[in-house]
Amino acid sequence: MNQHVESFEQELSHWLVRARGVSKSFGQGDTKIPVLKGVDLDVASGEVLFLVGPSGSGKTTLLSVIAGILESDGGEVRILGESIQELSPAEKTNFRRDHLGFIFQQYNLLPTLTAVENAAVPLFIRGMKKSEAIARAEEVLLTMGMGERLKAVPSKLSGGEQQRVAIARALVGEPQLLLCDEPTASLDGETGHRVVEQLCEVGKHPDRAVIIITHDSRIFEFGDRIVHMEDGRVDQIQQGQEDLI
Amino acid sequence: MNFVALKMLFGDRAKYMMLLAGLTFSTMLIVQQGSIFWGLMTWSQSGITNINAPVWVADRNINQVEEIKPLADTAVNVVRSVPGVEWAVPLYKGVQRARLRDGNYEQIALVGIDSSTLIGRPHTIMEGRIEDLRAPDTVAIDRLAVKRLGGPEKMHLGTTFEINDHLVRVVAIVYAQKSFQNFPFIYTTYERALGVTPPERRKLSYILASPVEGLSPEKLAQRIHEQTGFGAYTGEQFGWKTIWWMLENTGIGVNFGTTVLLGFIVGMAIAGQTFYLFTIENLRQFGALKAIGASTGMLARMILLQSFTVGLIGYGLGIGLATLFGLTAGSGGALPFVETWPLLVGVGVALLMICSLSSAISIRKLAKLEPAVVFRG
Repeated sequence: MNQHVESFEQELSHWLVRARGVSKSFGQGDTKIPVLKGVDLDVASGEVLFLVGPSGSGKTTLLSVIAGILESDGGEVRILGESIQELSPAEKTNFRRDHLGFIFQQYNLLPTLTAVENAAVPLFIRGMKKSEAIARAEEVLLTMGMGERLKAVPSKLSGGEQQRVAIARALVGEPQLLLCDEPTASLDGETGHRVVEQLCEVGKHPDRAVIIITHDSRIFEFGDRIVHMEDGRVDQIQQGQEDLI
Repeated sequence: MNFVALKMLFGDRAKYMMLLAGLTFSTMLIVQQGSIFWGLMTWSQSGITNINAPVWVADRNINQVEEIKPLADTAVNVVRSVPGVEWAVPLYKGVQRARLRDGNYEQIALVGIDSSTLIGRPHTIMEGRIEDLRAPDTVAIDRLAVKRLGGPEKMHLGTTFEINDHLVRVVAIVYAQKSFQNFPFIYTTYERALGVTPPERRKLSYILASPVEGLSPEKLAQRIHEQTGFGAYTGEQFGWKTIWWMLENTGIGVNFGTTVLLGFIVGMAIAGQTFYLFTIENLRQFGALKAIGASTGMLARMILLQSFTVGLIGYGLGIGLATLFGLTAGSGGALPFVETWPLLVGVGVALLMICSLSSAISIRKLAKLEPAVVFRG
């Protein structure tokens, strides 16, 4: 397996994420539970990577550590060559703002903002002028077929539409790394398939990597690699449509 | 993010209205009660402001303007002999009974002013001539007297009525600030006031004095006190002495203070609780904003903007409603209602405190919020 992975790694020109020996535990003393047990993971530019595994296997914790919103207990995570652990909290916040995009299972759209305003939020955070931010968000939403729903508030949107707004929000700042936490979990099968198809269409970019946590095996066809986690470790890695290796 | 903050605030209509209602009510209550309180304090010193003399001389033990401790008539000349006194005139002040034509009695505040100079006369003469007080058996009455002594149809220029069985004739109707006791003011000359009041050994209520040019009323008051032993105060000092006496010897201060405090607490409780609920209900959204790259400082500024925006609107509405109350309920001087700019500034500061404290609770929650909360399905 390792030889296969190494050869695959050598084919990739540029690593966006490189995690080495990442460990993380929750609780203290006797109740301390190790969730990540020395995880190694590399994600290359242009790659769509699925992170799969049973509940409690450490997928979400790994994603949170990569995003710099959880401190690891050991190991190192480098994104774009930057060691996340060495950044101060404020620098981490700025790093996320400037380089990362997020898609959440529950969408987490602001209920009083319209679709286009929600999509523009990362640009507002960067301090962009409202008119420019809205224009840019409109462009992204149009590419996702949401042209008719720009002014709708989240409560007037279907689950699929809300997730597409969330994808637009993640992409509007043109992040180099897109982190998606079960983006189809709240959607029916067909809608979920369509949303991920769109996510991969608009999200896939030579200078960008996408990490998607999912339980939905029907969307595996969109991934370049599928990383299977089990009990806090990377258990198996599957390339594209190959069988798990 | 100001735009996002304001849309979050105005978009959640129920909570926005709740916040606005709480802050408006709080402002209105504090302004209304504060204005009535200050109105009462204004009334309490109306005996001083209506006369408007630079220096008041009274018994050394005097506590407040309505507490008459008569002096000997010779006291006027004693004061006149103090260097720096330009003039000093006697003033009579006391509560007497007026008998109306229908046989009814009404208590009045009788003010006797110096007949030669008419110092101590009211500022505004609405009808007639105050100089006509020099004619025999004449009085000037205020608007409240017109109302209490029979109304404008029965009580007008030329009308006669009795003060302690002495017939007097109305020659002027004047404007005077109401007194705390709410007795109508009747003005006459000092000598006539002595004549219509029951015999007493001493009847001189106050001596009004003025400093020569170049000497301040404060200095003159101090000098009179030092050289004569009388109590001597500037109009302003005497006004504040009266107000402090009122606060110390009546329940007014505690009563209004409690209501104002209640307004503050109600505003604080509603605003604090609603803001906290607002934050709790949007915790995942705030967590998402944090994950996306909004700093705690940015979220704190959003919360403060929301808080101060609704606070400012509530402040405006509260003052508007309190003023409307004052204009309607207090029209014609029926209710003591004096809205002053220090009160409005004070309420503004109180509201600023309410908004800051209620925001602080939410900001504390957001500062502790881990953005990882958004990854928990």
